[in-house]
Amino acid sequence: MADALFLAISVLTIGSAIAALEMRSLVYGSIALMGTLGGVAGFYVMLDSPFVAMFQLAVYVGSIAVLILFTVMLVKRELIFKKIEDPKRKFAGIGLMLIVILALGAVIMDSGIKTISTDSDPVDFREIGGDFLTYYWPALILMALILAGSVMGALVLARREDTIENE
Amino acid sequence: MSNELIEFVLVSIALLGIGIYGLAVKRNAIRMLFAVEIIVNAANLNLVAFARFMPHSGGQTLALFSIAIAAAEVAVGLALIIVAYRMYKNIDIADFRSLKG
Repeated sequence: MADALFLAISVLTIGSAIAALEMRSLVYGSIALMGTLGGVAGFYVMLDSPFVAMFQLAVYVGSIAVLILFTVMLVKRELIFKKIEDPKRKFAGIGLMLIVILALGAVIMDSGIKTISTDSDPVDFREIGGDFLTYYWPALILMALILAGSVMGALVLARREDTIENE
Repeated sequence: MSNELIEFVLVSIALLGIGIYGLAVKRNAIRMLFAVEIIVNAANLNLVAFARFMPHSGGQTLALFSIAIAAAEVAVGLALIIVAYRMYKNIDIADFRSLKG
């Protein structure tokens, strides 16, 4: 059975996920998204994966959330507070959400996953580091190249071309 | 280990549902990016949960790769939103329909 800490973290995670999408201001929305990402990091700690939790905090809460906040600041003030959505699609979206949750939940509850529990020791994070440097090293190098390429691509895309004309 | 696998999977399904709702309803480009982030996090939570109950280190490794790729995706996505905002002075994706070359 779920304990109190698990319930608290899941309420924080799901509640701030809803708040991130529904809050009027985009700034508060991105702060609520930080709550979701931090809650998922809490789940990782509960799953005995401190390495992934640390990575989540460093990459998601640390950099992605700050990047989103800066982008929101670049947008005009009226747009930050304006809610843009189709009222007709809102009910369809809620229906779609309920269908997805109920259908997947029914399938999962019906499967054998319900009885799985474990007493085994958690995976040592040294094993993950070893995997990274031995079996997965081509993937690691490829990931580094993708990250470098995407940062360069983002810089090229966001560069202003009209600055010289304005001077 | 006091918690069972099913609880983490159910939280993950709830996050997936919320993300799909956001993608279906919102027309604000930045909010759609929020929804994508929520869905990616639901997938990562599933990976780590199943890896804990196997137990096997592969799931955690895959989750780390997924987090790194998601960082790249957000950087490019936000840059695209900024470019589109500069062109249209709006972040409503209905205005981006006329994007053609």
